[in-house]
Amino acid sequence: MDLNFLEFEQPIAELEAKIEELRMLGNDNEINIQEEISKLQQKSSTLTEKIFSGLNPWQISQLSRHPKRPYTQDYIDALFDDFEELHGDRAFADDKAIIGGIGRIGGLAVMVIGHQKGRDTNEKVKRNFGMSRPEGYRKALRLMKTAERFGLPILTFIDTPGAYPGVGAEERGQSEAIAHNLFEMSGLRTPIICTVIGEGGSGGALAIGVGDHVMMLRYSTYSVISPEGCAAILWNSPDKASAAAEAMAITSDRLAELELIDEIVPEPLGGAHRDPKKTIENLRGALLNNLHRLSSQSIDNLLENRHKRLLSYGEYEASD
Amino acid sequence: MSMSWFEKLMPSRIRTEGSTKKTVPEGLWAKCPGCGAILYRTEVERNMDVCPKCDHHNRIGARRRLDLFLDEEPREEIGVELGPVDPLKFKDSKKYKDRIAQAQKKTGEKDALIVIQGRVKGVDLVAAAFEFGFMGGSMGSVVGERFVRAVNRCLEFNIPLVCFSASGGARMQESLFSLMQMAKTSAALQQLSKRGIPFISVMTDPTMGGVSASLAMLGDVNIAEPKALIGFAGPRVIEQTVRETLPEGFQRSEFLLEHGAIDMIMDRREMRDRLSSLLNVLMRKPVIHTPPRTPNETPEIIEPAAEPPADATPPAEPPESA
Repeated sequence: MDLNFLEFEQPIAELEAKIEELRMLGNDNEINIQEEISKLQQKSSTLTEKIFSGLNPWQISQLSRHPKRPYTQDYIDALFDDFEELHGDRAFADDKAIIGGIGRIGGLAVMVIGHQKGRDTNEKVKRNFGMSRPEGYRKALRLMKTAERFGLPILTFIDTPGAYPGVGAEERGQSEAIAHNLFEMSGLRTPIICTVIGEGGSGGALAIGVGDHVMMLRYSTYSVISPEGCAAILWNSPDKASAAAEAMAITSDRLAELELIDEIVPEPLGGAHRDPKKTIENLRGALLNNLHRLSSQSIDNLLENRHKRLLSYGEYEASD
Repeated sequence: MSMSWFEKLMPSRIRTEGSTKKTVPEGLWAKCPGCGAILYRTEVERNMDVCPKCDHHNRIGARRRLDLFLDEEPREEIGVELGPVDPLKFKDSKKYKDRIAQAQKKTGEKDALIVIQGRVKGVDLVAAAFEFGFMGGSMGSVVGERFVRAVNRCLEFNIPLVCFSASGGARMQESLFSLMQMAKTSAALQQLSKRGIPFISVMTDPTMGGVSASLAMLGDVNIAEPKALIGFAGPRVIEQTVRETLPEGFQRSEFLLEHGAIDMIMDRREMRDRLSSLLNVLMRKPVIHTPPRTPNETPEIIEPAAEPPADATPPAEPPESA
């Protein structure tokens, strides 16, 4: 079993391995091999299409955490010129679970902020698996204030299991840090575009997720609690994560239907990790579109719309 | 466990043998969860549900909370017409609809936040309180909307807001709608702040998760009742993550005060006096000496407490209703 593929991706993995094997065979009967390879590639593509057209929310949840999925740093490297990372909250530490800095996209100067997960064990630990402590949210807010001061639009990339549940995090005011970001972001006088690129985990996600336009990559998820957490509390059994994922409506299509997000950024066949370049180009297009659209509005107008939008969240009935 | 002196005094037909938890039957007597003293229930109630022996603050419901806090008149409830719906047709081991019905029956409330415009020692204000008995005081769409309407009322009349939190956090059955209430309530408080109207947040046992990470921590003054559990992640989750036992008093009010998260710990019995005074100072009002708490002989019509500041927009329209 190939650990870089999820369980439901295994049939694709097998085909891909075969294709790779044929390629390695070399040049002897080149024409025949080429033919065989394209046949297999066709088959792989059909199979992928078939598997991906029937994904359930739990499978999508696994995709959103796929170990090969592009992370914030990958998007920063590919999308932004003249990028300079800015560190620290100026009070306690530099939380490496959130990175941020200034750069240009399509010539436009922006502030970029996003959760960062790690690839290998060392980096995972360094990034605390993308789970920020208060100083991470405070660094994010500091950078957002800087952006506001210099009139830079803010782009955030959301990819976190949630805020870190630790003793130190509580001591330093995890709640207050998140709350303060929600409070400030609702009034920041510069455009904010938020994109969920992987896992949108609860308050830790929302802490950099309040803005004028909220997008999700096709196979990302956004939820109030992880499916496992929800299952443990409401079903008394973490094994019911699949049912919880279904019940909570955590996928981009459901959330767009419910008008809780504004736009879905398409991913290539097989998901972002199968073709990062294509994913990056899709995201570039969506970001530039919205940057141009939002930057053409007056700030007062922008804020009024943001406010209206934030206050409209919720479903309830009104009777006498 | 030995019997307390009081238990020994009690006739055996009142005394209950066995587990310490059920030493005293429901009714006349109550055992203090803080010090274990057996207390005359009426006396505890008269003492605002604070133990007269050890000052342990018992949890109290939202209605009682507001009743104890506010002057008897005037009082106008806000957002009472709002009720919960089930936008996701959510079903876990039970249907969300059934959970709502059950909670409504148990508490007599439509949802977990009660908002009343009234007065405290003559200070006009809006007071909100979470009902922990309603699905753990969890914040769903109705809680968020009622909170926003509370803020809108404050904006309209230029009067301060006091909110008593008691909540386990977000309401999972409303999923992302629930998460967005954090953004919604915080955005509303942003407007209040911009207008220079005070918000006092009183955190009571327990104030956790999404409520603590939004409106509850955003007070111009953050206050906690003694020994209340306040934090983001629950102690059990943290214990599982860090795999060590948590320090004594972790996430309690005293711990928060020590770490700089709250301004003060306040005894429930002092809140009418101290909060009204605090609000008068924040609103830069002269000292008002009010008679002791008695109902007004003639019901008063609520009027704006003060002239709004010159740069404020005049309160033209009442808050929008759905």
